[in-house]
Amino acid sequence: MDTISWWGMLGLGAFHGINPGMGWLFAVALGMQEKRRSAVIGALFPMALGHAISIGVVVLVFALAQQQISKNVLGIACAVILFGFGLYKLFRARHPKWVGMRVNFKDLTIWSFLMASAHGAGLMLAPLLLRMPVAAAHSGHTHHASETMTDSTAVLLSAIGVHTLSFFVVTGIVAIVVYEVVGLALLRKAWFNLDLLWSIALMIAGVVTVGMLFWGH
Amino acid sequence: MLQQWKPDPTFYPSPKMAIEAPAEEVAYVAAPRDDGKPDAMCVVDLNTASDTYGQIVHKLELGVRDEIHHFGWNACSAALCPYAPHPYIERRYLVVPALRGSSIYILDVKEDPKAPKLIKTLDANEVESRSGYTRPHTVHCGPEGIYVSALASAGSEEGPGGIFLMDHYNFNILGQWEVERGPQSLSYDFWWHLGYDIAVTSEWGTPAMIENGVSLEDLGERKFGHKIHIWDIRHRKNIQTLDLGEDYQMILELRPAHDPTKAYGFVNAVLNMNDLSSSIWTWYKDGDDWGIQKIIDIPAQVPENPDDLPPALKDIGMIPTLVTDHILSLDDRFLYVSCWGTGEMLQYDVSDPFNPKHTGTLEIGGITKSHPHPAAGPVSGGPQMVELSRDGKRLYFTNSLYVAWDNQFYPDNANGWMVKADVNVEDGGLELDPDFFVDFGESRAHQIRLQGGDSSSDTFCYP
Repeated sequence: MDTISWWGMLGLGAFHGINPGMGWLFAVALGMQEKRRSAVIGALFPMALGHAISIGVVVLVFALAQQQISKNVLGIACAVILFGFGLYKLFRARHPKWVGMRVNFKDLTIWSFLMASAHGAGLMLAPLLLRMPVAAAHSGHTHHASETMTDSTAVLLSAIGVHTLSFFVVTGIVAIVVYEVVGLALLRKAWFNLDLLWSIALMIAGVVTVGMLFWGH
Repeated sequence: MLQQWKPDPTFYPSPKMAIEAPAEEVAYVAAPRDDGKPDAMCVVDLNTASDTYGQIVHKLELGVRDEIHHFGWNACSAALCPYAPHPYIERRYLVVPALRGSSIYILDVKEDPKAPKLIKTLDANEVESRSGYTRPHTVHCGPEGIYVSALASAGSEEGPGGIFLMDHYNFNILGQWEVERGPQSLSYDFWWHLGYDIAVTSEWGTPAMIENGVSLEDLGERKFGHKIHIWDIRHRKNIQTLDLGEDYQMILELRPAHDPTKAYGFVNAVLNMNDLSSSIWTWYKDGDDWGIQKIIDIPAQVPENPDDLPPALKDIGMIPTLVTDHILSLDDRFLYVSCWGTGEMLQYDVSDPFNPKHTGTLEIGGITKSHPHPAAGPVSGGPQMVELSRDGKRLYFTNSLYVAWDNQFYPDNANGWMVKADVNVEDGGLELDPDFFVDFGESRAHQIRLQGGDSSSDTFCYP
C-alpha cells in the first residue's frame, strides 16, 4: 500500500467516527442516562471493536476475492456494488432496527458491527483495498507464497488497525466534547444528513474505483 | 423520495429543549359523530394573529361510525434516539385509527397544515389480517417504527388485545409486537421508558364490554381492567403485572416521566367500585422490580338534585368522578387531571411523584352541573381528552369520551366543544381563556394533537 492508501484509511476512519449513527451519539446518551463520564468512555471500546470487525469482514472477503479474480473484474464489481449501494441509500432511507438502551459490551459490539455494516462502512474502503499488495497465489511466484501471504496479512491488519484507531480517536473526542461541553442542542443544528453525504461518498468511491482501474498508478 | 439534509426541526433531543419550541399554530381534533354522518379530522386555527383564531378552519371527512379517537404522528423526537437514529424522516403524517371501524387513515399535513390530505387508507381487513388485532387505539412513534395498540384479537370481540408495529416509511403493518404475552389479555394504552427498555400497557375492556355503552353488568362483576403490565421492550416480553385491585375498574392513560432517566409514571383508575371515586397511581422502578402506589383519590360528588341524574346513574344517586384522561407537562412538574363526571380540571404539582400537591382547579360542564364557559354559557359534557403545549402554558381540552358512553352519561346533549386554559407555570394555577370556545355542533370532539408536537406525542432519549 502506498502513502495515499494509508492516509485514506486514516481519513475514512475519521469520517466514520464523526457520524453520530456510528457511535459517539450512543456513547453520549449512555453517559447521560447513567450520569457519568466513564459510561461514555466505556462505550467507545466495544464500538471500535464492532467497527473493526465489520471492516475486517469486508477486507477479508476482498483479500480472498483478490486471489481468485483479476484486478479489473474485482474493481468493476466493487464499483458497481458501491455505486448501486450509494444510489439505493440515496433514495431509500432505511436504518437498522436495533432496540434497546440497556446494553453491555457484547451488545454494543454487535450494535456497532450492525451499524457499520448496514451503512457500508467497509465497502467505502474498496478503492483503497484495490491498491493493496496482490496475494501470492495470484502472482505466480509460488516459492515466495508463504512469505508474501504473511506480509500481506500484516499489511491488511495494519490497515484495519489504522482505520479503527482513527475511528476510535475521532468518535471518542466528539463524544467527550459533546458530553462535557457542547451539549445536544448541537444535534438540531449541526447534524446535517451524513447518511446522504455517505451515500454520495459511496457513489464517489465507486467512480474512483473505476477511475483507478483505467488511469490508476 | 430524496431525503432531507437537516433533522426535522420539530425533533428535540430532550424534553428540556422541546419546552423551548415555538407555540403551536394549528390543532388537529378527532371528531366522531353519532348521527350517520362521517367522522372527521378537524383543524382548529391556533395562530393568535389569525382572523380565524379559535375556529374550525377545515374538516376532512373519514368513515361513518368509525369512532375516530386517538391518533399520532408517523415520526417524532424518538427518531433522534441513539440506537436507531433516523433524524431525516419528517413529522408529516398523522396516523389515525378508527377505534370502532378498525381502519387506519394516513393524513399528510405537509403541504398545507390547515388542510390535511388523506393519502392512504388501511382498511379493516388489512389491519386485522396483517396485525392479528382489531379496534386500533393508541399510536406512538418509536425509534424503530410506529407502535399501535388495539383492544381485541382480529375477527373477535374478545381479547387478547395488544400492540402491533407499522413501518414508518411506507405504513405497512409489520405484525403483532408481543412475543411473550404472559397473563395480559385486556388492552388499552401503552407507552414506555426507553431509557430502561421498558414498555407499560394498561387495561380497559373488550369491544363487547364497551361498544354498546358501558356494560353495567360487567362493571358489577369487576370484569373491566384493573392491572398494568410491564414489558421488556428488547425481548417483547411481559415481565411483571401490577394489580391495582379489582375494585379499581378501567386503568387507562399512561403518562411516564418525559425525562428518560426517571423511571416512574402516572396512570388513572376511572372507577373505584366502592365509592365511585377516581384515582391517580404512580408506577415506579423498585430495584429490579416495578411497584405501583395510589397517590391521589378524587371523591365522587352528591348531586344537588338527584332527579337530574341520567338514567344510568339514577339508582346510584351519585356523580362519579370519572377521571378519564390526564396529561403530564414536559418538565414532569404538573399533572392535569380531567374529571369528566364532576366537571373539573385539576392541576397537581407532581415534582415529587409520591407526594402530589393540588395547585389548581377549573370547573366546566359536569353531570347535573353544566358549569358555564364565559363564551358559551352552561355547557354539557365535562373535561375529557386533555393536551398541553410543549412550553406547558396552554392547556386544551375537549368533552367527548366515547360516543356510546357520551350518550349514557350526557344523554341530553353531547355536542362537542374544545376550550383552552392558561397556565401559571411558575406558581401553578390555571384559568379558562374566556374567549376561546370551539363549538363542534353535533359532532363530538375527542383527542387533540398540536402541530409540531405536544405533551403526549414525543418520546425523548436524552435528559
